[in-house]
Amino acid sequence: MEAASVPARAGEENEPKKRPLSERARSERRLGWLLCAPAVLAMLLVTAYPIIYAFVLSLQRLDLRFPDEREFVGLSNYVDVLTSSLWWTDVANTLGVTLVSVTIEFVLGMAIALLMHRAIFGRGVVRTSVLIPYGIVTVVAAFTWQFAFQPDTGFVNQLPFVADDMNWFGDRFSAFFVIILAEVWKTTPFIALLLLAGLTTIDDGLYEAAKVDGANAVQRFFRITLPLMKPAILVALLFRTLDAFRVFDSIFVMTRGSVDTESVSILGYNQLIARLNLGLGSAVSVLIFLAVLMIAILFVKGFGTSVPGKDQR
Amino acid sequence: METRSPQERIIWLLGLIVVIFYALFPVLWIISLSLKTPATVTVKPDEGFWGTLVPSDATFKNYEALFKDGLDGPFLKPLINSIGIALIATLIAIVLASFAAYAIARLEFPGKTLVLGGALAIAMFPPISTVGPLFDMWRSLGLYDTWPGLIIPYLSFSLPLAIYTLVAFFREIPWDLEQAAQVDGATPFQAFRKVIVPLATPGMFTAAILVFIFAWNDFLFAISLTSSDASRTVPAALAFFTGDSQFTQPFANIAAAAVIVTIPIIVFVLIFQRRIVAGLTSGAVKG
Repeated sequence: MEAASVPARAGEENEPKKRPLSERARSERRLGWLLCAPAVLAMLLVTAYPIIYAFVLSLQRLDLRFPDEREFVGLSNYVDVLTSSLWWTDVANTLGVTLVSVTIEFVLGMAIALLMHRAIFGRGVVRTSVLIPYGIVTVVAAFTWQFAFQPDTGFVNQLPFVADDMNWFGDRFSAFFVIILAEVWKTTPFIALLLLAGLTTIDDGLYEAAKVDGANAVQRFFRITLPLMKPAILVALLFRTLDAFRVFDSIFVMTRGSVDTESVSILGYNQLIARLNLGLGSAVSVLIFLAVLMIAILFVKGFGTSVPGKDQR
Repeated sequence: METRSPQERIIWLLGLIVVIFYALFPVLWIISLSLKTPATVTVKPDEGFWGTLVPSDATFKNYEALFKDGLDGPFLKPLINSIGIALIATLIAIVLASFAAYAIARLEFPGKTLVLGGALAIAMFPPISTVGPLFDMWRSLGLYDTWPGLIIPYLSFSLPLAIYTLVAFFREIPWDLEQAAQVDGATPFQAFRKVIVPLATPGMFTAAILVFIFAWNDFLFAISLTSSDASRTVPAALAFFTGDSQFTQPFANIAAAAVIVTIPIIVFVLIFQRRIVAGLTSGAVKG
């Protein structure tokens, strides 16, 4: 009673001071905007503005080797890209790499997460060692695997059942095998750590109760672990899918897109930087942006991924 | 914790060994390659699997070759570029992200969710889509092939991760302590410096490590927005390493350079693994 009456009195006292209070709220609001402004501007400078600029460039014929021929050509760059078989080969390659590597990473990452979660000792050791692939520069990881598979330097061809002169980078599918291996090796730990974070939020009591009811380990995994981890799983898959779709470093290092291993990012780089064709390259850039947008929308709408931070104040 | 059968323990122990092997084996392989002499770096028909893996005559010559010509050599200038660019980008990103994260965690203002949502959208943004416009803009602004030309995209693309990490950390800080210290007679500045700063530092440190790893790792911007050793970072320089002749890839030199750029990461991971994990998962757990 006492406690309740105190704020009431305080409120009464505050009544005439309502203006200063809203003054304070207004200055808090201003301070909030002021503090966020530099970060927001920095983020917009390298994303929103360039993507609009890329769209403008994509409507022009603009080849920096022939700058005088610059002219507005409407959507013809898009027509050129979308009717070229190279673009569709690259889309298929990119989607293939994304699908295969994310699937393997998810299964492997889940296994590592379960292993770490059940650890009595050695959790720190495992965590430290899986963080090493995560931290290693992608280009370095790509070279490491390339040298391992290269016939003249690597140990892989010395393994039993592997031909000594097997040229892994001479054929589309064997080259993709190595590219995907490098991707999987480097990024599985990231998935494992996100999944481990999801695992630790599950109440152990649920498993005990399920055990009492006679559920075996497999049932417990599919009926308790997976459903309760759905949010963590979807966030991990969303981020990894978008990341895998941008695959660039490994392919650039290992094949530079030869033997039909080009990804859409490599195509964009080749047009923009290697050939200086800003018009056509920008059309590729905008199409990649739209593809990423579509994947994100698919995840959020289709699977009901809740956006991290949405529930936060 | 439940009790386990010895069988279960053995399976678990095996799993542990497999995971450690999985993570470390490629690292050991590149170290081994970096220690090989030109005579042993290529595979001999009779040396077999172990002969390929373990260098028979280890040497540090490949490392010496990297630094031999100093700043005119292939590696020292890119290494300095990498360190300088990553450190400056990290510093600026953490300052900007701390401002924004403090505002989001502590202040009431409309547009807060918009900032968080926008940051998330940028985390998903494909960098290749901005490479062309940035290339064109940087050339007309004189930022092409300069440090700021790389620092700007690095700090901006790492801001979402930094903001999410810091917001998660700042929300955990008991801000009432600041007022309590002031009641006890501390000035506002003392209260901030003695109470809040020590509590906020671990979070800022975590965010800094993640931003540094991001900048250290980048390859796409590094090869697109640079053209010389004036600003080329190590990952980009590695892709353009040439051997004694144009047609041989200098495997052992690349391996030695790869080991050198991996060392700081391994040191970070060994010292700060707990924090890195906390930072990486802070945004996703609530998801």
